[in-house]
Amino acid sequence: MAAEEIKIHVDHLKKNFGKIEVLKDISIDVKQGEVVVVIGPSGSGKSTFLRCLNRLEEPTGGTILVDGVDITQKKVNINKVRENVGMVFQHFNLFNNLNVLNNMTLAPLELKKATPEKAKEKAMEMLARVGLEEKAEAYPSQLSGGQKQRVAIARALCMNPDIMLFDEPTSALDPEMVGEVLQVMKDLAASGMTMVIVTHEMGFAREVADRVIFMDGGYIVEEGTPQEVLLNPKESRTIDFLNKVL
Amino acid sequence: MIKIITVYGDMLLGAMGKTLLLALCGLFFACILGLIFGLMSVVKSRICNIIAQIFVDVIRGVPMIVLAFFVYFGIPYLLNNMLGLNTPVLTALQAGTICLALNCGAYMSEIIRAGIESVDKGQMEAARSLGLSYFVSMKRVVLPQAIRTMIPSIINQFIITLKDTSILSVIGFPELVNTAKNVQAATFKSFQTWFIVGIMYLIVITILSRCAKMVERRLNRGR
Repeated sequence: MAAEEIKIHVDHLKKNFGKIEVLKDISIDVKQGEVVVVIGPSGSGKSTFLRCLNRLEEPTGGTILVDGVDITQKKVNINKVRENVGMVFQHFNLFNNLNVLNNMTLAPLELKKATPEKAKEKAMEMLARVGLEEKAEAYPSQLSGGQKQRVAIARALCMNPDIMLFDEPTSALDPEMVGEVLQVMKDLAASGMTMVIVTHEMGFAREVADRVIFMDGGYIVEEGTPQEVLLNPKESRTIDFLNKVL
Repeated sequence: MIKIITVYGDMLLGAMGKTLLLALCGLFFACILGLIFGLMSVVKSRICNIIAQIFVDVIRGVPMIVLAFFVYFGIPYLLNNMLGLNTPVLTALQAGTICLALNCGAYMSEIIRAGIESVDKGQMEAARSLGLSYFVSMKRVVLPQAIRTMIPSIINQFIITLKDTSILSVIGFPELVNTAKNVQAATFKSFQTWFIVGIMYLIVITILSRCAKMVERRLNRGR
């Protein structure tokens, strides 16, 4: 595998919260265009792992290379790295004080990535992509959960990221809205985006993932294609978990 | 009563003007201090947190009248008599402004801290995840939302500060209470004098709270 194909390289990642070891030893590579789905019981550290990838959590040990840049180094300009790594949160986190359009143009404008016209054009294009052009002037409080999450995805895309991280993007949604968000994510995966997704949607994982990672107790217990991990799991902990959720 | 109003009315109104001037000066600097120390208490820096905490604890732990005497008499004595420096003496307005700014600033910083902490952490995280710096995220995303929850407490603090100007009559600033003392001394009509002064405060503060209610309602309409 050529080095430039690896978008994210995680080596012996550790993360402690005080005395609690949440991530004990995580090593993984994510290739360009790959869709990696992380599953596991709650408390297994999968969200923490994801949040280490853009340093919303400071790793305690190990190295993380994003596009070849070691983001665990203190002197790294993490803001620059984050411009290329979009993140979608469980609770959407749209900026409540701004309307949809301004939510999407805030970062491109503040970071001088585009002129106001270009930023708006791009935002409208992304809104069209998630099917919400008519909501450009709406405030987050006027949107449904599914709409909020689609805007949140579009907002991240406005920065033209190479990598998208999804932290349980459908867990806070009413069941009837899960589909619309997953559809947007499927389209995104089909477009060749590199994605790391923490989710409980096993059907989605099976359909979209190139690779499934099962985490438990701060370790990667098992990884492989959806076929291997979801249909023919080898580890007993994976089997236990899948029996509970499927 | 009528006589006091006709003879001393202008004087008392002028004193009310001075009271408002002092309150405005104090509030202006209090807002700056409050913002600085409020932000210092929420940033991820132990040193900043501790400095802000000490500021709030010290100011809250000292009665304003003591602070006033200290700033107006104590500090010049230290500088000129004890250290032998030849510093210009503070005017009563300057000393009063410093006292109000420190006192009100400490409370404002607590209001601002609480306001910022009331905004969901996810808002900051989302802004940071897009590549925005801490301060841009604070300015464009967190503070605008924090201000909504802060407004009622801030207005309340403004009213308290306006009333606290009366304490500064002790350092001889000719605000309303100080002036009223002189009127009382000249006329011996305590009841009438203090009744009029009470009504004057009441009117100004009632107008202020009504305005505050309007601002609050307008801010909430957007939501």
